[in-house]
Amino acid sequence: MVRAYTPKVLTANRLIEGDVVYYGHNGEWVLSHDDALFLEDEVQANDLLASANKQAALLVGAYLADAALENGKPIPTHFREDFRTRGPSNYAHGKQAEV
Amino acid sequence: MYNYNEFDKEFIQNRVHQFRSQVERRVDGSLTEDEFKPLRLMNGLYLQLHAYMLRVAIPYGTLNSAKMRQLAFIADKWDKGYGHFTTRQNIQYNWPKLSDVPDMLQALADVDMHAIQTSGNCIRNVTADHFAGASADEVEDPRPTAELLRQWSTDHPEFAFLGRKFKFAVTGSENDRAVIKAHDVGLRVLRNDAGEIGYEVIVGGGLGRTPMIGKVLRTFLQREDLLPYCEAIMQVYNALGRRDNKYKARIKITVHENGIDKIRELVEDRFIIQRAAFGGYDQVLFADIKEAFASPDYINADTDGFDVSLKTDPAFRSFADTNLSSHKNPDYAIVSISIKKHGATPGDATSDQMRVMAELAEKYGHDELRISHEQNVILPHVHKSHIPAIYAELRKVGLATANIGLISDIIACPGMDYCALATARSIPIAQQIATRFEELKLEHDIGQLKIKISGCINACGHHHVGHIGILGLDRAGVESYQITLGGDGTQTATIGKSAGRGFSYTEIVPAIERLIYAYLDIRNDANETFLETYRRLGLEPFKIALYPETRIAAE
Repeated sequence: MVRAYTPKVLTANRLIEGDVVYYGHNGEWVLSHDDALFLEDEVQANDLLASANKQAALLVGAYLADAALENGKPIPTHFREDFRTRGPSNYAHGKQAEV
Repeated sequence: MYNYNEFDKEFIQNRVHQFRSQVERRVDGSLTEDEFKPLRLMNGLYLQLHAYMLRVAIPYGTLNSAKMRQLAFIADKWDKGYGHFTTRQNIQYNWPKLSDVPDMLQALADVDMHAIQTSGNCIRNVTADHFAGASADEVEDPRPTAELLRQWSTDHPEFAFLGRKFKFAVTGSENDRAVIKAHDVGLRVLRNDAGEIGYEVIVGGGLGRTPMIGKVLRTFLQREDLLPYCEAIMQVYNALGRRDNKYKARIKITVHENGIDKIRELVEDRFIIQRAAFGGYDQVLFADIKEAFASPDYINADTDGFDVSLKTDPAFRSFADTNLSSHKNPDYAIVSISIKKHGATPGDATSDQMRVMAELAEKYGHDELRISHEQNVILPHVHKSHIPAIYAELRKVGLATANIGLISDIIACPGMDYCALATARSIPIAQQIATRFEELKLEHDIGQLKIKISGCINACGHHHVGHIGILGLDRAGVESYQITLGGDGTQTATIGKSAGRGFSYTEIVPAIERLIYAYLDIRNDANETFLETYRRLGLEPFKIALYPETRIAAE
């Protein structure tokens, strides 16, 4: 059975810094999940992923992560992706404390 | 401790140069990530959830003050001012930049440290009893054996691409503090009836998705036969071990599928061939290594100050009760420094704390430190007269928590706060349990209890051998925690039994609390530990406490 497509954001880690980044509205890579491009079209999502996989000098480990839309902004639908937007939950450090 | 010779130094220096060039080629695009990944993993560099992670080897958990200070320096210069001590006696940095890692490896090499074989399908960092060389119950210091194994297994071409990772652990004592029965190969130094020193060899232990207690392969192996025998084990594993399925590739599955008798027969046959290839140089080497681990020059002084502090300072008394262990020299003690302050991340030490521990080791501890697999730091050789001063210094930096072996001395893997493999968080569960029982002021009453938490089925948090084990899973997109009971990681190693359905993130701490109150109600007396009560009564009374709705339904 083919699974129905669910909306996504495109995410990866920066090659040098390792930071979590998202594919933004203007083709740039952004730190905030809020600014990620919400991908409702499967073909577009797969094309962007294929192109991200070619940006080896900039990125590592690109993939499509499930997301939903809330107040016009994409939000993660899985807790793993939710943690990736902020950093560790044991105490505030990493992205949540620095960005 | 063992000091690197020219050969060791040159080897790790060469590796730093090699890796620097590999990073340059990755950054300039000459290497793809697929090409680079196995190279970075060979040097302990992972890509985790939020950043890279560098895992640094601390062979058999032994450090001196210079090494500890360098770990602090690295944490400040290239990371976020802290390091995480792991359940394999290593240290991990959670935030390195790829471009800084060659400099970090150079800084490690400057103090004879490295990150080699901390990842990949090779023989990993050899672990040992963290009380090695100090404990009163020891037949022999296991570290010379561990060091011999380190030298033999480092960059060994035949064992560089095994079917899966391979872990050795060594203890020199009947009381197993190194969890040897949950390792691919566990070695126990012992003396036979003739008074000769040799090894009991355990094989095929491991946790993870298929937990197994290791089986005895040899009840007594002559000392000089150690390397040819281990080589025979590795060769049999390399030939028979499955490569078709990564989840069936560890030697525990090889032993399970073929049977210990068949494995023994093959190993013994192979051993005869391998033994002929060893000309005795390994034993010359071993004698040199052993010399490097000679006992320190103990000081002679009275212990009156210690005795007075015990009588007059209740807080010190409490620290002494939990954090000191018997040393083979009666005027000395082993001091365990808890890296488990209530509410803090188990195993995380700041650079300032590392420097204080280095200072204390240098000033009072014959310049020795150990990292335990329980994620604490040990000063193995401390004259009792110095313990009050050490305690006072530890208090200033939040390192004097008197909880070793108690409910808040929890092992927790990094879990989903850091790890890319995790299916749920583990650290916040440990933080909340520790904080809760501190609020209840119950932990000393509860007594000896080991809680171990893993954030995925790979079991880095050793949950299967926790008296109470907690396994965090992803159940339909929600964190869910399963409890196992009755696990034991010592010489009486046992895999814990599942208590039943899992609990949500908000339910798990109250569930642990119910479990503990049930134990306090049903134990014979305050001397009966949680594990003893469990062994006497089994799962049932604990199940009723965990799932009160079951009892109501039955009524």
